[in-house]
Amino acid sequence: MKRETDLHRAKGLGSAKKGVGHWIAQRVTAVALIPLGIWFVGAFLLLIFAPFDQARLWLSSIWVVTATILFVVALFYHGCLGMQMIWEDYIPHEGTRWGVVLATKFLGICLSLLSIISILKVYLSA
Amino acid sequence: MSSLEQKRPLSPHLQVYKIQITSLLSILHRGTGILLFMGSILWAVWFVALATGPQSYGKLQALFLHPLGLLFLMGWAFSFFYHLCNGLRHLMWDLGYGYDMPTVRFTGWAVVVSSFALTVMAGIIGFMLIRIWA
Repeated sequence: MKRETDLHRAKGLGSAKKGVGHWIAQRVTAVALIPLGIWFVGAFLLLIFAPFDQARLWLSSIWVVTATILFVVALFYHGCLGMQMIWEDYIPHEGTRWGVVLATKFLGICLSLLSIISILKVYLSA
Repeated sequence: MSSLEQKRPLSPHLQVYKIQITSLLSILHRGTGILLFMGSILWAVWFVALATGPQSYGKLQALFLHPLGLLFLMGWAFSFFYHLCNGLRHLMWDLGYGYDMPTVRFTGWAVVVSSFALTVMAGIIGFMLIRIWA
């Protein structure tokens, strides 16, 4: 049985029917981040205090670079989904909420792109 | 406003709300999530520093080695391990397991203990590495 009018949904007051996609994407990226996260955090711990050249050397393997880029994409995707959930729960004003969620996604896209380009720059100049 | 609406209680009433292991761990999952999002910004900065050169990399490393930087790194590590362990708990629930209260409390405490243990372990490795690289 239909519980809302078409106008109600058109005004953005009902379910957009996109919640399931968000829920699944959050779980898929979460599962991907279990191995990728453990691996990257382990490597980061080993490299964070290491000399510059040592850290750069790590990014000279095609496998490491590929896995790191996969990690970055999954990380920012998962992070943006999580932050979106939090904003949607705590910002009551519709316009502000919409703007903040959009800004978070924009930040996530910019930072992942910045990371990927930096990683590739290190790899290609090694 | 109708009289019915006026009498509605706010739920949960935060001033008198007794914190339990379940609610505390739930809010911690979000809290550590926010901290990890901020940490991911720092990872982007780390990649940029690696691509830029030894000067900017050195500056970032000096920030990490500052006492406040080290404190932040420990908090960051705890956030990661906590979010990871509690995330596994969430995925278990998504699969439909572990909903009875004794199990919820047991897995909750397991998350607390293991995330603290992993943080201490990472801290020890970190401090050993500072000495090795220095």
